[in-house]
Amino acid sequence: MPAVTTEQVETRVIEALASFGPEADRITRESTFEELDIDSLDLVELAQIVEDEYGVVLKGEDMKEMKTVGDAIDVIVSRAD
Amino acid sequence: MKRRVVITGMGAVTPLGVGAQALHERWASGICGIEDGVGRCSEFDPTEFLSTKEIRRLDRFSQFALVAADDALVQAGWGEERPYDPLRVGCVIATGIGGQYTVESQLDVLRERGPRMVSPLGIPQYMPNAAAAAVSMKHHLQGQAYGVVSACSGGAHAIGSALRMIQYGDADAVVAGGSEAALTQFAFASFEAMQALSPSGISRPFDLHRDGFVMGEGAAVLVLEEAGAARARGATILGEVAGYGATADAYHLTAPEPSGAPAARAIELALTDAGLSPQELDYVNAHGTSTQLNDAAETAALKRALGEEQARRIPVSSTKSAIGHLLGAAGAVEAVATVETLRTRVIPPTLGYEVPDPELDLDFVPGEARPLIVSNGHPPAAISNSFAFGGHNVALVLRGAGS
Repeated sequence: MPAVTTEQVETRVIEALASFGPEADRITRESTFEELDIDSLDLVELAQIVEDEYGVVLKGEDMKEMKTVGDAIDVIVSRAD
Repeated sequence: MKRRVVITGMGAVTPLGVGAQALHERWASGICGIEDGVGRCSEFDPTEFLSTKEIRRLDRFSQFALVAADDALVQAGWGEERPYDPLRVGCVIATGIGGQYTVESQLDVLRERGPRMVSPLGIPQYMPNAAAAAVSMKHHLQGQAYGVVSACSGGAHAIGSALRMIQYGDADAVVAGGSEAALTQFAFASFEAMQALSPSGISRPFDLHRDGFVMGEGAAVLVLEEAGAARARGATILGEVAGYGATADAYHLTAPEPSGAPAARAIELALTDAGLSPQELDYVNAHGTSTQLNDAAETAALKRALGEEQARRIPVSSTKSAIGHLLGAAGAVEAVATVETLRTRVIPPTLGYEVPDPELDLDFVPGEARPLIVSNGHPPAAISNSFAFGGHNVALVLRGAGS
Protein backbone atom coordinates (compact mmCIF):
# COMPACT_ATOMS: atom_id res chain seq x y z
CA MET A 1 0.00 0.00 0.00
CA PRO A 2 1.37 3.43 -0.89
CA ALA A 3 1.57 5.83 2.04
CA VAL A 4 -0.68 8.29 0.28
CA THR A 5 -2.71 8.21 -2.91
CA THR A 6 -2.18 10.53 -5.85
CA GLU A 7 -5.72 11.83 -5.33
CA GLN A 8 -5.02 12.76 -1.72
CA VAL A 9 -1.85 14.63 -2.64
CA GLU A 10 -3.56 16.34 -5.57
CA THR A 11 -6.40 17.57 -3.35
CA ARG A 12 -3.98 18.83 -0.69
CA VAL A 13 -1.62 20.55 -3.16
CA ILE A 14 -4.48 22.31 -4.95
CA GLU A 15 -5.94 23.41 -1.63
CA ALA A 16 -2.55 24.79 -0.55
CA LEU A 17 -1.97 26.60 -3.84
CA ALA A 18 -5.47 28.10 -3.73
CA SER A 19 -4.72 29.54 -0.29
CA PHE A 20 -1.76 31.35 -1.90
CA GLY A 21 -3.99 33.36 -4.28
CA PRO A 22 -5.21 31.65 -7.48
CA GLU A 23 -8.84 30.49 -7.67
CA ALA A 24 -9.08 26.75 -6.95
CA ASP A 25 -11.02 26.04 -10.17
CA ARG A 26 -8.16 27.49 -12.23
CA ILE A 27 -5.70 24.96 -10.80
CA THR A 28 -5.26 21.70 -12.72
CA ARG A 29 -2.41 19.20 -13.08
CA GLU A 30 -1.47 20.95 -16.32
CA SER A 31 -1.35 24.48 -14.84
CA THR A 32 2.14 25.95 -14.74
CA PHE A 33 3.25 27.77 -11.60
CA GLU A 34 4.09 30.72 -13.79
CA GLU A 35 0.54 31.11 -15.10
CA LEU A 36 -0.83 30.72 -11.57
CA ASP A 37 1.53 33.48 -10.41
CA ILE A 38 3.08 31.10 -7.88
CA ASP A 39 6.66 32.17 -7.23
CA SER A 40 9.66 30.71 -5.43
CA LEU A 41 8.50 32.02 -2.02
CA ASP A 42 5.15 30.27 -2.46
CA LEU A 43 6.93 27.05 -3.45
CA VAL A 44 8.98 27.13 -0.25
CA GLU A 45 5.73 27.38 1.70
CA LEU A 46 4.31 24.47 -0.30
CA ALA A 47 7.44 22.47 0.52
CA GLN A 48 6.95 23.17 4.23
CA ILE A 49 3.36 21.91 4.07
CA VAL A 50 4.45 18.79 2.17
CA GLU A 51 7.26 18.06 4.61
CA ASP A 52 4.94 18.58 7.57
CA GLU A 53 2.18 16.35 6.23
CA TYR A 54 3.97 13.65 4.19
CA GLY A 55 7.53 13.77 5.52
CA VAL A 56 8.77 14.49 1.99
CA VAL A 57 11.65 16.94 1.83
CA LEU A 58 11.70 19.09 -1.31
CA LYS A 59 14.93 20.96 -1.90
CA GLY A 60 15.65 24.00 -4.04
CA GLU A 61 16.92 21.87 -6.94
CA ASP A 62 13.76 19.72 -6.85
CA MET A 63 11.62 22.82 -7.14
CA LYS A 64 13.58 24.20 -10.06
CA GLU A 65 12.55 21.08 -11.99
CA MET A 66 8.86 21.51 -11.23
CA LYS A 67 7.06 23.56 -13.84
CA THR A 68 3.50 22.34 -13.42
CA VAL A 69 1.23 21.37 -10.57
CA GLY A 70 1.34 17.77 -11.90
CA ASP A 71 5.17 17.74 -11.66
CA ALA A 72 4.93 18.63 -7.96
CA ILE A 73 2.24 16.03 -7.26
CA ASP A 74 4.23 13.27 -8.99
CA VAL A 75 7.43 14.02 -7.08
CA ILE A 76 5.60 14.10 -3.75
CA VAL A 77 3.75 10.82 -4.41
CA SER A 78 6.89 9.00 -5.60
CA ARG A 79 8.88 10.04 -2.54
CA ALA A 80 6.08 9.36 -0.08
CA ASP A 81 5.98 5.71 -1.13
CA MET B 1 15.71 77.64 -7.11
CA LYS B 2 13.51 75.26 -5.17
CA ARG B 3 10.52 73.76 -6.94
CA ARG B 4 7.09 73.91 -5.27
CA VAL B 5 5.28 70.77 -4.24
CA VAL B 6 1.52 70.27 -4.23
CA ILE B 7 -0.73 67.53 -2.90
CA THR B 8 -3.05 65.92 -5.43
CA GLY B 9 -4.26 62.82 -3.60
CA MET B 10 -4.69 61.63 -0.02
CA GLY B 11 -5.70 58.28 1.44
CA ALA B 12 -6.09 57.22 5.04
CA VAL B 13 -7.00 54.18 7.09
CA THR B 14 -7.67 55.24 10.67
CA PRO B 15 -9.78 54.34 13.70
CA LEU B 16 -12.33 56.80 12.23
CA GLY B 17 -12.71 54.70 9.06
CA VAL B 18 -11.21 54.36 5.60
CA GLY B 19 -10.68 57.65 3.78
CA ALA B 20 -9.12 61.07 4.32
CA GLN B 21 -12.50 62.80 4.40
CA ALA B 22 -13.91 60.35 6.97
CA LEU B 23 -10.97 61.18 9.24
CA HIS B 24 -11.52 64.93 9.20
CA GLU B 25 -15.33 64.96 9.05
CA ARG B 26 -15.78 62.53 11.92
CA TRP B 27 -13.13 64.15 14.07
CA ALA B 28 -14.64 67.61 13.40
CA SER B 29 -18.09 66.36 14.37
CA GLY B 30 -16.71 65.19 17.71
CA ILE B 31 -16.55 61.45 17.08
CA CYS B 32 -13.76 59.65 18.92
CA GLY B 33 -12.38 56.49 17.30
CA ILE B 34 -10.91 55.21 20.56
CA GLU B 35 -12.70 52.26 22.16
CA ASP B 36 -11.65 50.62 25.42
CA GLY B 37 -8.50 52.70 25.45
CA VAL B 38 -7.34 51.63 21.97
CA GLY B 39 -7.51 53.34 18.56
CA ARG B 40 -8.23 50.28 16.42
CA CYS B 41 -9.14 50.31 12.72
CA SER B 42 -12.14 48.11 13.42
CA GLU B 43 -13.92 49.04 10.17
CA PHE B 44 -10.97 47.87 8.05
CA ASP B 45 -11.57 44.57 6.26
CA PRO B 46 -8.63 43.79 3.95
CA THR B 47 -10.74 41.49 1.75
CA GLU B 48 -12.77 44.52 0.64
CA PHE B 49 -9.69 46.10 -0.89
CA LEU B 50 -6.95 43.56 -1.54
CA SER B 51 -6.53 40.21 -3.30
CA THR B 52 -5.89 36.95 -1.45
CA LYS B 53 -2.31 37.03 -2.63
CA GLU B 54 -1.77 40.61 -1.45
CA ILE B 55 -3.31 39.90 1.97
CA ARG B 56 -1.20 36.77 2.45
CA ARG B 57 2.03 38.55 1.54
CA LEU B 58 1.50 41.76 3.50
CA ASP B 59 1.59 42.37 7.20
CA ARG B 60 -1.31 44.47 8.48
CA PHE B 61 0.87 47.62 8.44
CA SER B 62 1.57 47.18 4.72
CA GLN B 63 -2.09 46.41 4.03
CA PHE B 64 -3.04 49.76 5.57
CA ALA B 65 -0.39 51.55 3.50
CA LEU B 66 -1.41 49.88 0.26
CA VAL B 67 -5.10 50.70 0.72
CA ALA B 68 -4.26 54.31 1.63
CA ALA B 69 -1.95 54.60 -1.40
CA ASP B 70 -4.55 53.10 -3.74
CA ASP B 71 -7.09 55.69 -2.53
CA ALA B 72 -4.63 58.56 -2.80
CA LEU B 73 -3.66 57.64 -6.38
CA VAL B 74 -7.32 57.34 -7.42
CA GLN B 75 -7.98 60.80 -6.01
CA ALA B 76 -4.90 62.14 -7.81
CA GLY B 77 -6.40 60.81 -11.03
CA TRP B 78 -3.49 58.57 -11.92
CA GLY B 79 -5.19 56.11 -14.23
CA GLU B 80 -3.59 53.37 -16.31
CA GLU B 81 -1.76 56.11 -18.22
CA ARG B 82 0.66 57.36 -15.60
CA PRO B 83 1.34 61.12 -15.79
CA TYR B 84 5.09 60.71 -15.11
CA ASP B 85 8.04 58.59 -16.16
CA PRO B 86 8.03 55.81 -13.50
CA LEU B 87 11.74 56.43 -12.86
CA ARG B 88 10.85 59.99 -11.80
CA VAL B 89 8.33 58.89 -9.15
CA GLY B 90 9.55 58.12 -5.62
CA CYS B 91 7.92 56.28 -2.75
CA VAL B 92 8.70 56.90 0.92
CA ILE B 93 6.61 55.19 3.59
CA ALA B 94 7.49 55.36 7.28
CA THR B 95 6.77 52.99 10.12
CA GLY B 96 7.70 53.07 13.77
CA ILE B 97 7.92 49.35 14.31
CA GLY B 98 7.26 47.43 11.08
CA GLY B 99 5.49 44.09 10.78
CA GLN B 100 5.02 43.39 14.46
CA TYR B 101 2.15 40.91 14.00
CA THR B 102 4.32 38.87 11.64
CA VAL B 103 7.33 38.94 13.97
CA GLU B 104 5.23 37.63 16.82
CA SER B 105 3.37 34.96 14.85
CA GLN B 106 6.61 33.68 13.28
CA LEU B 107 8.30 33.58 16.70
CA ASP B 108 5.41 31.35 17.80
CA VAL B 109 6.06 29.09 14.78
CA LEU B 110 9.76 28.93 15.63
CA ARG B 111 9.13 27.99 19.25
CA GLU B 112 6.26 25.57 18.64
CA ARG B 113 7.24 23.89 15.36
CA GLY B 114 10.94 24.55 14.91
CA PRO B 115 13.09 26.62 12.56
CA ARG B 116 12.26 24.60 9.43
CA MET B 117 8.64 25.75 9.59
CA VAL B 118 9.37 29.50 9.77
CA SER B 119 7.74 31.13 6.74
CA PRO B 120 9.83 32.37 3.80
CA LEU B 121 7.35 35.29 3.77
CA GLY B 122 8.38 36.35 7.29
CA ILE B 123 11.17 38.79 6.44
CA PRO B 124 9.43 40.34 3.41
CA GLN B 125 6.43 40.95 5.65
CA TYR B 126 8.10 42.35 8.74
CA MET B 127 10.94 44.37 7.24
CA PRO B 128 10.22 48.05 7.98
CA ASN B 129 10.52 48.92 4.27
CA ALA B 130 7.81 46.37 3.34
CA ALA B 131 5.09 48.99 2.95
CA ALA B 132 7.25 51.17 0.69
CA ALA B 133 8.18 48.11 -1.36
CA ALA B 134 4.55 47.01 -1.72
CA VAL B 135 3.33 50.43 -2.85
CA SER B 136 6.24 50.87 -5.24
CA MET B 137 5.69 47.42 -6.76
CA LYS B 138 1.92 47.63 -7.13
CA HIS B 139 2.02 51.07 -8.73
CA HIS B 140 5.26 50.62 -10.67
CA LEU B 141 7.04 53.54 -8.98
CA GLN B 142 10.68 53.18 -10.00
CA GLY B 143 12.28 56.28 -8.51
CA GLN B 144 13.79 56.33 -5.01
CA ALA B 145 11.75 54.05 -2.76
CA TYR B 146 12.48 53.35 0.88
CA GLY B 147 11.12 53.18 4.39
CA VAL B 148 11.76 55.80 7.02
CA VAL B 149 12.30 54.78 10.62
CA SER B 150 12.12 57.47 13.29
CA ALA B 151 9.43 56.25 15.70
CA CYS B 152 6.61 58.74 16.08
CA SER B 153 8.02 61.33 13.70
CA GLY B 154 8.44 58.85 10.81
CA GLY B 155 5.38 59.88 8.84
CA ALA B 156 6.45 63.52 8.90
CA HIS B 157 10.06 62.65 8.01
CA ALA B 158 8.70 60.69 5.02
CA ILE B 159 6.75 63.69 3.76
CA GLY B 160 9.76 65.95 4.37
CA SER B 161 12.05 63.60 2.44
CA ALA B 162 9.53 63.50 -0.39
CA LEU B 163 9.33 67.29 -0.41
CA ARG B 164 13.11 67.59 -0.71
CA MET B 165 13.20 64.97 -3.46
CA ILE B 166 10.86 67.05 -5.60
CA GLN B 167 12.16 70.48 -4.51
CA TYR B 168 15.65 69.62 -5.70
CA GLY B 169 14.69 67.75 -8.83
CA ASP B 170 15.41 64.13 -7.89
CA ALA B 171 11.77 63.26 -8.59
CA ASP B 172 8.71 64.85 -10.19
CA ALA B 173 6.26 63.09 -7.92
CA VAL B 174 6.46 61.04 -4.71
CA VAL B 175 3.95 58.80 -3.01
CA ALA B 176 4.66 59.39 0.69
CA GLY B 177 3.20 58.52 4.04
CA GLY B 178 3.38 56.36 7.11
CA SER B 179 1.83 53.20 8.47
CA GLU B 180 1.60 51.36 11.76
CA ALA B 181 -0.08 48.20 13.05
CA ALA B 182 1.36 47.20 16.39
CA LEU B 183 -1.60 46.67 18.68
CA THR B 184 -0.11 43.46 20.03
CA GLN B 185 0.07 42.33 23.61
CA PHE B 186 3.86 42.59 23.45
CA ALA B 187 3.80 46.19 22.21
CA PHE B 188 1.26 47.17 24.86
CA ALA B 189 3.40 45.54 27.56
CA SER B 190 6.51 47.33 26.27
CA PHE B 191 4.89 50.78 26.25
CA GLU B 192 3.24 50.09 29.59
CA ALA B 193 6.61 49.22 31.09
CA MET B 194 7.74 52.73 30.11
CA GLN B 195 4.60 54.14 31.79
CA ALA B 196 3.85 55.94 28.54
CA LEU B 197 0.29 54.66 28.07
CA SER B 198 -2.76 56.27 29.63
CA PRO B 199 -4.04 54.15 32.54
CA SER B 200 -7.45 55.80 32.15
CA GLY B 201 -7.50 54.95 28.42
CA ILE B 202 -8.50 58.54 27.60
CA SER B 203 -6.57 60.68 25.13
CA ARG B 204 -6.91 64.27 26.36
CA PRO B 205 -3.95 66.26 25.06
CA PHE B 206 -3.02 69.44 26.94
CA ASP B 207 -5.64 68.78 29.67
CA LEU B 208 -4.53 69.09 33.29
CA HIS B 209 -5.49 65.43 33.89
CA ARG B 210 -3.72 63.98 30.86
CA ASP B 211 -2.09 60.72 31.91
CA GLY B 212 -0.37 59.21 28.87
CA PHE B 213 -1.05 58.31 25.26
CA VAL B 214 -3.53 55.88 23.77
CA MET B 215 -2.14 53.48 21.16
CA GLY B 216 -3.66 53.50 17.71
CA GLU B 217 -3.09 51.95 14.31
CA GLY B 218 -3.55 53.06 10.73
CA ALA B 219 -1.89 54.73 7.77
CA ALA B 220 -2.00 57.73 5.51
CA VAL B 221 -0.46 58.29 2.10
CA LEU B 222 -0.22 61.49 0.07
CA VAL B 223 0.54 61.99 -3.61
CA LEU B 224 2.98 64.88 -3.96
CA GLU B 225 3.75 66.42 -7.35
CA GLU B 226 5.87 69.25 -8.65
CA ALA B 227 3.44 72.18 -8.78
CA GLY B 228 3.96 73.14 -12.43
CA ALA B 229 3.60 69.57 -13.71
CA ALA B 230 0.48 68.99 -11.60
CA ARG B 231 -1.16 72.16 -12.95
CA ALA B 232 -0.11 71.35 -16.51
CA ARG B 233 -1.89 68.02 -16.37
CA GLY B 234 -4.99 69.67 -14.90
CA ALA B 235 -4.80 67.93 -11.52
CA THR B 236 -7.02 69.09 -8.67
CA ILE B 237 -4.71 70.67 -6.09
CA LEU B 238 -5.68 69.83 -2.51
CA GLY B 239 -2.91 71.77 -0.83
CA GLU B 240 0.81 72.41 -0.75
CA VAL B 241 3.67 71.01 1.29
CA ALA B 242 5.41 74.33 1.69
CA GLY B 243 8.10 73.67 4.26
CA TYR B 244 9.96 71.06 6.27
CA GLY B 245 12.26 71.38 9.25
CA ALA B 246 13.82 68.62 11.34
CA THR B 247 16.16 68.54 14.32
CA ALA B 248 17.14 66.18 17.15
CA ASP B 249 17.14 66.82 20.90
CA ALA B 250 20.30 64.79 21.61
CA TYR B 251 19.04 64.82 25.17
CA HIS B 252 17.25 61.66 26.35
CA LEU B 253 16.02 58.36 24.87
CA THR B 254 12.37 59.08 25.59
CA ALA B 255 11.90 62.41 27.39
CA PRO B 256 11.68 65.56 25.28
CA GLU B 257 14.15 68.38 25.89
CA PRO B 258 12.02 70.40 28.36
CA SER B 259 12.78 73.92 27.08
CA GLY B 260 11.47 72.90 23.64
CA ALA B 261 14.41 74.67 22.00
CA PRO B 262 15.39 71.95 19.48
CA ALA B 263 11.72 71.36 18.59
CA ALA B 264 11.24 75.12 18.18
CA ARG B 265 14.21 75.15 15.82
CA ALA B 266 12.49 72.53 13.63
CA ILE B 267 9.41 74.79 13.43
CA GLU B 268 11.57 77.80 12.54
CA LEU B 269 13.37 75.84 9.83
CA ALA B 270 10.06 74.72 8.35
CA LEU B 271 8.74 78.30 8.29
CA THR B 272 11.94 79.53 6.65
CA ASP B 273 11.71 76.73 4.06
CA ALA B 274 8.13 77.85 3.31
CA GLY B 275 9.06 81.53 3.29
CA LEU B 276 6.38 82.28 5.90
CA SER B 277 6.39 84.25 9.14
CA PRO B 278 4.56 83.09 12.30
CA GLN B 279 2.01 85.86 11.61
CA GLU B 280 0.95 84.03 8.45
CA LEU B 281 -0.06 80.84 10.28
CA ASP B 282 -3.76 80.07 10.79
CA TYR B 283 -3.63 76.72 12.59
CA VAL B 284 -1.31 74.31 14.39
CA ASN B 285 -1.94 70.56 14.28
CA ALA B 286 -0.07 69.59 17.43
CA HIS B 287 1.82 66.38 18.10
CA GLY B 288 -0.21 66.55 21.36
CA THR B 289 0.21 63.02 22.69
CA SER B 290 -1.58 63.48 26.02
CA THR B 291 1.59 62.73 27.99
CA GLN B 292 2.71 65.15 30.70
CA LEU B 293 6.11 65.76 29.16
CA ASN B 294 5.27 66.04 25.46
CA ASP B 295 2.41 68.46 25.84
CA ALA B 296 4.44 70.74 28.12
CA ALA B 297 7.55 70.70 25.90
CA GLU B 298 5.46 71.22 22.75
CA THR B 299 3.71 74.23 24.27
CA ALA B 300 7.10 75.68 25.18
CA ALA B 301 8.41 74.98 21.66
CA LEU B 302 5.45 76.73 20.01
CA LYS B 303 5.94 79.81 22.20
CA ARG B 304 9.64 79.89 21.41
CA ALA B 305 9.21 79.46 17.68
CA LEU B 306 6.16 81.67 17.11
CA GLY B 307 6.50 84.19 19.95
CA GLU B 308 4.24 84.08 23.04
CA GLU B 309 1.57 86.39 21.66
CA GLN B 310 1.32 84.70 18.29
CA ALA B 311 1.39 81.22 19.85
CA ARG B 312 -1.62 82.20 21.99
CA ARG B 313 -3.52 83.58 19.00
CA ILE B 314 -3.30 80.50 16.74
CA PRO B 315 -5.77 77.63 17.31
CA VAL B 316 -3.94 74.40 18.24
CA SER B 317 -5.66 70.99 18.18
CA SER B 318 -4.49 67.38 18.39
CA THR B 319 -5.72 64.61 16.08
CA LYS B 320 -4.57 62.12 18.73
CA SER B 321 -7.57 63.18 20.82
CA ALA B 322 -9.78 61.41 18.25
CA ILE B 323 -7.70 58.41 17.14
CA GLY B 324 -4.90 57.95 19.65
CA HIS B 325 -1.23 57.81 18.77
CA LEU B 326 -0.51 56.09 15.45
CA LEU B 327 3.28 56.11 16.07
CA GLY B 328 5.08 55.98 12.68
CA ALA B 329 1.83 56.75 10.85
CA ALA B 330 0.93 59.73 13.05
CA GLY B 331 2.85 62.39 11.10
CA ALA B 332 1.26 61.36 7.80
CA VAL B 333 -2.26 60.93 9.19
CA GLU B 334 -2.01 64.31 10.90
CA ALA B 335 -0.70 65.98 7.73
CA VAL B 336 -3.78 64.64 5.94
CA ALA B 337 -6.03 65.95 8.73
CA THR B 338 -4.29 69.33 8.51
CA VAL B 339 -4.70 69.59 4.73
CA GLU B 340 -8.40 68.72 5.12
CA THR B 341 -8.67 71.41 7.81
CA LEU B 342 -7.19 73.99 5.43
CA ARG B 343 -9.26 72.77 2.49
CA THR B 344 -12.62 72.73 4.30
CA ARG B 345 -11.80 75.66 6.63
CA VAL B 346 -13.09 73.68 9.61
CA ILE B 347 -10.80 73.28 12.63
CA PRO B 348 -11.61 70.11 14.59
CA PRO B 349 -11.43 70.36 18.37
CA THR B 350 -9.10 68.74 20.87
CA LEU B 351 -11.55 66.11 22.11
CA GLY B 352 -11.53 65.27 25.80
CA TYR B 353 -10.01 68.62 26.72
CA GLU B 354 -11.90 69.71 29.83
CA VAL B 355 -9.64 71.09 32.53
CA PRO B 356 -7.02 73.59 31.37
CA ASP B 357 -3.51 73.13 32.68
CA PRO B 358 -2.49 76.59 33.95
CA GLU B 359 1.03 75.98 32.62
CA LEU B 360 -0.26 75.30 29.09
CA ASP B 361 -2.07 78.47 28.11
CA LEU B 362 -2.63 78.21 24.35
CA ASP B 363 -5.95 78.01 22.49
CA PHE B 364 -6.42 74.23 22.29
CA VAL B 365 -9.83 74.44 20.56
CA PRO B 366 -11.92 72.94 23.36
CA GLY B 367 -15.42 71.63 22.81
CA GLU B 368 -16.49 71.95 19.21
CA ALA B 369 -15.07 72.48 15.76
CA ARG B 370 -14.83 76.07 14.64
CA PRO B 371 -14.35 77.86 11.34
CA LEU B 372 -10.80 78.54 10.24
CA ILE B 373 -10.41 82.28 9.88
CA VAL B 374 -7.99 83.31 7.18
CA SER B 375 -6.44 86.54 8.26
CA ASN B 376 -4.70 87.91 5.21
CA GLY B 377 -6.57 86.72 2.12
CA HIS B 378 -3.79 84.31 1.15
CA PRO B 379 -4.28 80.54 1.09
CA PRO B 380 -4.37 79.44 4.76
CA ALA B 381 -1.25 77.93 6.29
CA ALA B 382 -0.66 75.52 9.15
CA ILE B 383 2.08 73.69 10.99
CA SER B 384 1.92 69.98 11.75
CA ASN B 385 4.34 68.90 14.47
CA SER B 386 5.78 65.43 15.08
CA PHE B 387 8.13 64.46 17.88
CA ALA B 388 9.48 61.05 18.76
CA PHE B 389 11.15 58.77 21.24
CA GLY B 390 14.81 59.14 20.33
CA GLY B 391 14.49 62.93 20.33
CA HIS B 392 13.47 63.41 16.69
CA ASN B 393 11.61 66.64 15.90
CA VAL B 394 9.82 67.40 12.63
CA ALA B 395 7.64 70.31 11.58
CA LEU B 396 5.80 70.53 8.28
CA VAL B 397 4.27 73.71 6.89
CA LEU B 398 1.15 72.94 4.87
CA ARG B 399 -0.89 75.40 2.84
CA GLY B 400 -4.32 75.38 1.34
CA ALA B 401 -4.64 75.38 -2.42
CA GLY B 402 -4.11 78.80 -3.99
CA SER B 403 -6.39 80.41 -6.51
